[in-house]
Amino acid sequence: MNYIMSFLFSGLVCFLAQIIYDNSKLTPGHITSLFVVLGSFLDLFHIYDRLIEIFHAGALIPITSFGHSLMHGAMAATKQYGIFGVAIGMFDLTAAGITAAILFGFLVAIIFKPKS
Amino acid sequence: MDRKEYDQMADELQPTGHKVKNGFNAFLYGGVMGVIAQGVLDFYMNILDVSEKDATPMMVITLVFVACLLTGLGLYDNIAKHAGAGTFIPITGFANSMTSSALDSKTEGLIMGIGSNMFKLGGTVITYGIVSASLLGVIRYVIALLW
Repeated sequence: MNYIMSFLFSGLVCFLAQIIYDNSKLTPGHITSLFVVLGSFLDLFHIYDRLIEIFHAGALIPITSFGHSLMHGAMAATKQYGIFGVAIGMFDLTAAGITAAILFGFLVAIIFKPKS
Repeated sequence: MDRKEYDQMADELQPTGHKVKNGFNAFLYGGVMGVIAQGVLDFYMNILDVSEKDATPMMVITLVFVACLLTGLGLYDNIAKHAGAGTFIPITGFANSMTSSALDSKTEGLIMGIGSNMFKLGGTVITYGIVSASLLGVIRYVIALLW
């Protein structure tokens, strides 16, 4: 059941992005930025948490979840540190993804040769 | 015929079936990406006996690693050609943009090439993610104070 839900939600988000991409002059950079902002906005009233409960990995894998995680970490830290928590907790949940992307990206760039 | 007219004409002549096919492919590849993510998530939850929350970063790291490797091997672009948004919307697209930027500017050296160009495409996601999350985080904090 989780697999079907994951498929549907992740597919739907990508489908919406493709519709925007095909019908506007926006680049993938514009669209991913837009979706990140959308993700953090949806976390404002914990809507995205509900989406993760329902769709599991399907809601965790689109870039919207990146915005959600940034927002979520920031909000969780405000409970302990007050307003400073926004900055202190910002990367709490996304650290793994960013670190992995930088590290593996660097190693790949060192080892492999560019194709194009 | 100037550039503008040409673009307009090209847009009109673009078959709409093309867009339907692109949308379907994005849905299919994006959906498959969700299923793979769910599979990896379940794998870590079962093997290491952790909650979904704890398994999430492990799943992200694994998929980012695979995406970086596929980019290095030149295979990611082949998938992206068919999948469109199905490859740039999932978190793997972020890993791909970082790796391909770094790889393409390798010839400019370690510092001015790889070091400073890595975030050329992917940086926008981080910038706007942080700006929006900061603004909304402050708004949320103020709302929580007043409530």
